Amino acid sequence: MEILMILTVGVLFTVATYMILSKSMLRVIIGVVILSHGAHLLFLTLSGLKQGAPPLLGEEASAYTDPLPQALILTAIVIGFGITAFMLVLAYRTYKAHKTDNLDELRGTEDE
Amino acid sequence: MNNLVILPILIPLLMGVILIFFKDSKSVQRTVSVISVGLMIAVSAYLTYIVYTEGIQTTELGDWPAPFGIVLVADLLSSSLVALSSLLSLVCLFFAYQTFSAERERNFFHPFFLFLMVGVNGSFLTGDLFNLFVFFEVMLISSFILISMGSKQYQLRESLKYVIINTVSSMFFVAAIAYIYGVTGTLNMADLAVKIGELEQTGVISVIAVLFLFVFGTKSAIFPLYYWLPHSYFAPPAAIAALFGGLLTKVGVYTIMRTYTLIFPHDQTVFQILLIFGGLTMFIGVLGAVSQFDFKRILAVHIVSQVGYMIMGIGIFTPLAIAGTFYFLAHNIIVKSALFLFAGVAEKITGTSHLKQMSGLLKTHPYVGWLFLITALSLAGIPPLSGFFGKFALIIAGFDAGNYFVIAVSLATGVLTLFSMMKIFMTSFWGEVKMPDPQAKDKKVGSLLIPILPLVALTILLGVAAEPFMQFSLELAEQLMDPSEYINSVLNKE
Repeated sequence: MEILMILTVGVLFTVATYMILSKSMLRVIIGVVILSHGAHLLFLTLSGLKQGAPPLLGEEASAYTDPLPQALILTAIVIGFGITAFMLVLAYRTYKAHKTDNLDELRGTEDE
Repeated sequence: MNNLVILPILIPLLMGVILIFFKDSKSVQRTVSVISVGLMIAVSAYLTYIVYTEGIQTTELGDWPAPFGIVLVADLLSSSLVALSSLLSLVCLFFAYQTFSAERERNFFHPFFLFLMVGVNGSFLTGDLFNLFVFFEVMLISSFILISMGSKQYQLRESLKYVIINTVSSMFFVAAIAYIYGVTGTLNMADLAVKIGELEQTGVISVIAVLFLFVFGTKSAIFPLYYWLPHSYFAPPAAIAALFGGLLTKVGVYTIMRTYTLIFPHDQTVFQILLIFGGLTMFIGVLGAVSQFDFKRILAVHIVSQVGYMIMGIGIFTPLAIAGTFYFLAHNIIVKSALFLFAGVAEKITGTSHLKQMSGLLKTHPYVGWLFLITALSLAGIPPLSGFFGKFALIIAGFDAGNYFVIAVSLATGVLTLFSMMKIFMTSFWGEVKMPDPQAKDKKVGSLLIPILPLVALTILLGVAAEPFMQFSLELAEQLMDPSEYINSVLNKE
């Protein structure tokens, strides 16, 4: 299972890198979102997938699953959600102001 | 256990939330934010005093014992940086009052300003790696909003890049935290220091250390990850640019200092990488500054070059070098923001920040000119101003450690820094009076200078009274170089 998860993470990082390097604003943002999913999945996998009973009072088991990564990933997902919403609005405003979503046309300074 | 440690985070957080409800009342907004920043200064100064006299203070949040719960730690480095950043935020706030339009203030400038301080203070004070990520995000999302506020064309497109680059590096931060949690099973920094010291597989640790360097390097703009900075710090108005230039990159430098002294001090290769990147950062940064012809842009590119000095100091990694790094960091927070504010003043007078379009400011506004000169010379490292002593300590430390090449680079950078600062002074302050706005001569800017004065006074004071400050930096460096006090006070081992 771990191998499969790690491979998925690898695919997600690859796709995200490809998307972030493209020239359309929206694709870049989708790339960032996929990158965040990759990072969260990596966290879940590296800290050990299900290793025993849920860590609840009253559960009698020899091993318990570590609850910390899930709490942390939840926090990271919420943060990522907020930032994605902000990024989309900012991208829309940029598009309205510049009439283009091609990042190649959104660079340089007046001096050049 | 001392609850004082959480106050610099709690005060701006509560006040910021309250201010959201008073969006339309300018006087309430202003009073409450000045009061809260004033409180922050008082609390953090007192905290620094307590730490200095009684040693490291910690707070266990929710009373969970240390390696399991989140812990806030105030040592000399973090408490003095909190004090400095609170002071700086007060200065920028007063400058903002005189330059901002009413509309900008009504659109939630104050709450996000305070939330930014929550993030900055929290990043300085936290003792937990994931909590550091959270405070980074609090700081970043407030900075996203402050940097894009106003929605000019140029501002929008540059803030979009700023947002994307910072978000990507944050995602790598999560990945780095995942790796380190996978290897050690803990995220408490003191606990990490103990566990990594006991580990034998150093290869994995090197990879993690480099990943963290990528993350913090992007935030602190070291070579080759600095490209976003010059454009995005040019976009916002002076008061915000001053706050960003003074604080945000320095938070990145602080995290490098903290993690590399505490968690990864065993890894020699990483320190070599830091030395090389430090040298490249300062030299390429200053070349960028030399080639620019815009007041604010020169200052923005200079941030990169100055960060290089600090990275070099961490790379040398002796007590004297760390002391020099801190001294330089404190000096840079003060001087860099003062220079950005001067750029704001010059822009207010002439209506432009392009050097070729303004000259003769010294004739029309002599005080602005001379105060700018003092600050610019301090940045270039002319004795007896504060910039000299920071660089001096770094260079002596470099000689002691035998890193001659990087020292040579830093000296060359110093000369070029002086050159680019003099370029600003000569083109915009000397010469015949020439400004795009014909009424510019008679504009009164005395009230704009008042908030900058404390910063100029501080850079002179840091230089003239260098002895006690250097003593303080040396004590701070000893605390950093020997993390056992930090570890013991966090994990309650006596």
